[in-house]
Amino acid sequence: MELTLWTYEGPPHVGAMRIADSMEGVHYVLHAPQGDTYADLLFTMIERQQRRPPVTYTTFQARDLGGDTAELVKRSIADAVERFKPEALLVGESCTAELIQDQPGALAAGMDLGGIPMVNLELPAYSKKENWGAGETFYQLVRSLLKAQLPPPGTPKPGPGRWRSEGRRPQVNLLGPSRLGFRCRDDVREITQLLGRYGIDVAVAAPLGARPADLLRLPDADANVCLYPEVAASACSWLERSFGMPTVKTVPIGIGATVAFLRELHSAVGLELPADLVPDDDGLCGAESRSRMPWYARSVDSTYLSGKRVFIFGDGTHAIAAARIASKELGFKVVGLGSYSRELAREVRAAASELGLEALISDDYLAVETAMAEAAPELVLGTQMERHSAKRLGIPCAVISAPLHVQDVPARYSPVMGFEGANVIFDSWVHPLMMGLEEHLIGMFRHDFEFIDGHRSHLGESAPAGSDAAIAATAGSPVWTREGEAELAKIPFFVRPKVRRNTESFAQERGIGAITDEVLYEAKAHFSH
Amino acid sequence: MSSLGRRPGMAVNAPSTELPPLIKESGQREVFCGLTSIVWLHRRMPDAFFLVVGSRTCAHLIQSAAGVMIFAEPRFGTAILGERDLAGLADANEELDRLVAQLLARRPEIRTLFLVGSCPSEVIKLDLARAAERLGAQHRGRVTVLNYSGSGIETTFTQGEDGALQALIPLMPMAPAAQAAQQLLIAGTLADGVEDRLISLFGKLGITNVATLPPRRSTELPGVGPGTKLLVAQPFLSGTARALIDRGAQLIKAPYPLGVEGSRAWMAAAADAFGIAPAQVAAVLDPLVERGQRAIAPHRETLAGKRLFLLPDSQLEIPLARFLSRECGMELVEVGTPYLDRTLMAPELTLLPEGTQLSEGQHVENQLKRLEVQRPDLVVCGLGLANPLEAQGIATKWSIELVFSPIHGIDQAGDLAELFARPLRRRSSLSFT
Ligand code: SF4
Ligand code: SF4
Repeated sequence: MELTLWTYEGPPHVGAMRIADSMEGVHYVLHAPQGDTYADLLFTMIERQQRRPPVTYTTFQARDLGGDTAELVKRSIADAVERFKPEALLVGESCTAELIQDQPGALAAGMDLGGIPMVNLELPAYSKKENWGAGETFYQLVRSLLKAQLPPPGTPKPGPGRWRSEGRRPQVNLLGPSRLGFRCRDDVREITQLLGRYGIDVAVAAPLGARPADLLRLPDADANVCLYPEVAASACSWLERSFGMPTVKTVPIGIGATVAFLRELHSAVGLELPADLVPDDDGLCGAESRSRMPWYARSVDSTYLSGKRVFIFGDGTHAIAAARIASKELGFKVVGLGSYSRELAREVRAAASELGLEALISDDYLAVETAMAEAAPELVLGTQMERHSAKRLGIPCAVISAPLHVQDVPARYSPVMGFEGANVIFDSWVHPLMMGLEEHLIGMFRHDFEFIDGHRSHLGESAPAGSDAAIAATAGSPVWTREGEAELAKIPFFVRPKVRRNTESFAQERGIGAITDEVLYEAKAHFSH
Repeated sequence: MSSLGRRPGMAVNAPSTELPPLIKESGQREVFCGLTSIVWLHRRMPDAFFLVVGSRTCAHLIQSAAGVMIFAEPRFGTAILGERDLAGLADANEELDRLVAQLLARRPEIRTLFLVGSCPSEVIKLDLARAAERLGAQHRGRVTVLNYSGSGIETTFTQGEDGALQALIPLMPMAPAAQAAQQLLIAGTLADGVEDRLISLFGKLGITNVATLPPRRSTELPGVGPGTKLLVAQPFLSGTARALIDRGAQLIKAPYPLGVEGSRAWMAAAADAFGIAPAQVAAVLDPLVERGQRAIAPHRETLAGKRLFLLPDSQLEIPLARFLSRECGMELVEVGTPYLDRTLMAPELTLLPEGTQLSEGQHVENQLKRLEVQRPDLVVCGLGLANPLEAQGIATKWSIELVFSPIHGIDQAGDLAELFARPLRRRSSLSFT
C-alpha cells in the first residue's frame, strides 16, 4: 500500500486507451465500473479530441456482481462490434474487474466476432502503470496482427539494401507516437519531413494515425525508428527479433541527437552518409545549420545562459534528452535530473552520472519538489506537476514531458524533435528565463531605489513575495536582524532560500539567537568547505 | 412518501402534472463515481482528510476530476493497494495502519479522517468500518476516524457526499426535544458565501437557530433530535435524509434552492414549518424575488425557446430542468438522472412542465443517438462528452461546474442562468468569416 496524492501516471488500462485512441479502426472493450469512464475526459479535454475515445466500458455495478458479469462482458463486446465495426478489437479490464476474474479476453476469444482480430490485454493494474500499459498494448497489438506473417524460423534477415533490389527508396516506420504523449503530433510531421530530405520515406507511423491494416505493413519497411521508447521499445525489439528489422534507437531531440539519429538511420538502411552529415574537423556538420539553435546558443546574448542552473524531471525519453541539450547545447548547469519512468531508470541513471549527479527515480511529486528546492535551480524543465511545484517555489519552468495539461497541447506547430524541434526548445526554455541584456541591466540597476526585487518580466508574474521566507519559516528558528536580512536580500533570489536555511541551521547548532550579517557570512564560509 | 414530513411545505401552487412514462435504461454509464465528491467535501471541511483506499485508477480519477493541482498537499489522497495487499487482508490492514500513522504525523491539523471505500476495497472485502474503529482507537483523542463508500459499483458522482454525511450522523449529538424543535438543519454542502447569505435571510425571517451538515469544521457537528426541522439543500442526499429522519428530524418538503422560484419555495417551506406568517416571508423575500427575476431576465432572452437535453450526471438535473424551463423559458427535450428518488424529488416533479421526458439510468450510446436525432441547442453533460458534442455543433454546459459554483439561493439565480446562457452566447459571438 502506498500513499499517493497526485500521480504522474494513470493505471495501465489508460495506457491501452492511449493506443486505442491514437489509432483509427481500433475499439477497446474495457470491463470496468462506471467511475472509470472519467478517463474519456483526458482525451476530450486535454487533447481537445472531437470524438469520444473508442472505448466501451461495461460499467458493472455491485448488484451485477452476484449475477452474471461475464454475460455483461459478452453483451458489451457484441454490442461494440456491431455498433463500431472495428477492424481490430482490444479487450481488457481495469483494476476492479481484474479482481472479479471474468477474464474478458478469454470470453471474447470464445465469441464469434466475425473474424475481427482480437487482442486479449492482460495489464496487471496493481503493479504496472500507464506507460507500461501503452507499451504492452502496442506490442500485443503488433504481435497479434503480424502473427500470420511471421517468417519461418531460419529465414535469413533481409539485408539493409533490400530497398535497392526492390527498386524503391528506403522506408522506415516511426513507432511510438501516441495521444497524451508530449508533442507527438508535430514530432511525426517534423521527422517525416526531415527523412524526406534524405530520400527516406515513412512507411507507417504508429500508433498515432495508423489503422490495423497499416500495422500489417510494418515488415515492409527497412527499419523501425523507436521514437518514444516508453511506448515502442517492446514492439521494436519484437520486430527486430521476429522480422530481422533493425531498430534506430537514438531519439532525435536536440541538435546532437538529431544528427546522431540521422547517421544511425543511414547506416541502418545501408545508405551512404550525405555530405551534410559528415563531421568537419571541429566535429560540426552542415545539417546543423538547418536549425537556428546552434547559432542562437553561440550568439553573444546567450552568454548569459552560461551556467544557468536547471532541474530536469520527466519521462525517461524527454528527461535524458533535456539533460543533454541543457548541458551541451545551451551551456546550462544541470543541477538535478530524474524521471518517474522506472522502465528507463537505468538509462536515466547513466545520463545523470555523466553529469556527476545521482538520478532521482521517483513517482512521489513531493520528493521531486523537495529535490527541486534543494537544488535551487533557476529553471525547471518538467511535467505539469513540476510546473506547479516550480510556481510555488517561484522558479520559472518549461514543460518538457507528459503528464500534460491542456496548455501543453499548443495550436501552433511545435515539435521538439528534429531541427525545428531544437528551435522550439530554444525558445520555450529560454523564454521563461530573463534574457541576457535585460538581466545585465537589472544587475546594474538593482541598487537603484526604484528597483523592485524579483523583477522578472518574462515570467508574466511577479516573484511571490516572501516565498523564501515561507519555505524557511519553522518554529524556534533564530531571529534575523535587520542587517542580516539586508545582506540576505543581496543574494540572488534563487539561492536565497538555501542560504537562509543553511544560515539558520548553522545558527541553531551554535545556539546563536540573532542572525546578523556577520553570522550569515560565517555560515556561508562554513558551508563552502 | 408523505409519511416523511408532517407539513406540506410546498409554497408554490403548481398543478401536479402527468409525466410521460420514464425511460429506464441500463447500459454503459458515463458518470463519475462517488469518490468525486471529495473534491468539494475536502474544501468544505478543512480539518478533515479523505483517504481513499483503492487503486491507481481511483487516484487518477480524483486528480482528473479536480482538474488542477490546486493544492501542493491536498487534504485527500489514495492508499493504493498493491499486489501484497491483495494477497492477504491481514497485511492490508497492517499497511493501512502504518500509512494512516504516517499521514497523521505529517498532517497534525487533521481532526477527522474519512476512510473512503472504492470498488477494489469493496470487492476484496476490506472492512473499512472495522478499520475505522481500530484506527479510531489507536488515535483516540487526536482524530476521529470514519468510513463510507465512494465506490463506482455502489455510488455515482454526488452520492459520495450522501455517504460522507451519513458517516457523520452517528456523531451528531442528540438534541433534547424542546431544543430540537427550534432548530433548522440544512443538509448538503453549499458554498460558504451562499450559506452565510441563506442563514442571514433565515434570521430575517425569524429562524435564528440554523445549523448545517456538513459543518465547516468536522468536529463542530450540530445536534439533531425529535422535531429538528430538516431542510435538504441538495437533491442527492437520500440516505442522509433517511438517517436524519431516523434520528427524529422532520423533513421539510420543498423544491431545491435553485433559481428564484425554487429558492423562495425552499425558504418559505422552512418558514412555514416554523409557523412564520406568509406575510413575513413575503416581506423579506419578495424584494429579492423581484431583483432575482431582473437578474435572470437578460439570460432568459438568450435561453427562452432553446431546447435543452440533460444527460444523467450530478443528480441536479431535475431541479435544473425545472428552473431552466419555468424561469428561463427553455424547452426540455430529455431530463436524465442517474437515479430517481421519488421522495426527495416529489416537490420538483410536480413543477416540471407537462410532457417532460425523464430518463433514469443510462445507456450512453442510445441516449446519444436520441440526442443526435433531437439536436438540442444545449446539452448538460460530463467533461468526457462535452467537446465531442461541441464538435457536432451542439453547445454544452459541464455538469461538474455546477457542483463547484455558488448557484443556490435567490441571489444566485441570475448567475445560475448565466452559466447556461454563456455557452450559447459564446457560440453566437464567434465568427470566422
Ligand atoms: S469507479 Fe471504482 S475503481 Fe473506478 S475510480 Fe471509482 S472507486 Fe475507483
Ligand atoms: S495551472 Fe496550468 S498546469 Fe496547472 S492545472 Fe492549470 S492549466 Fe494545468
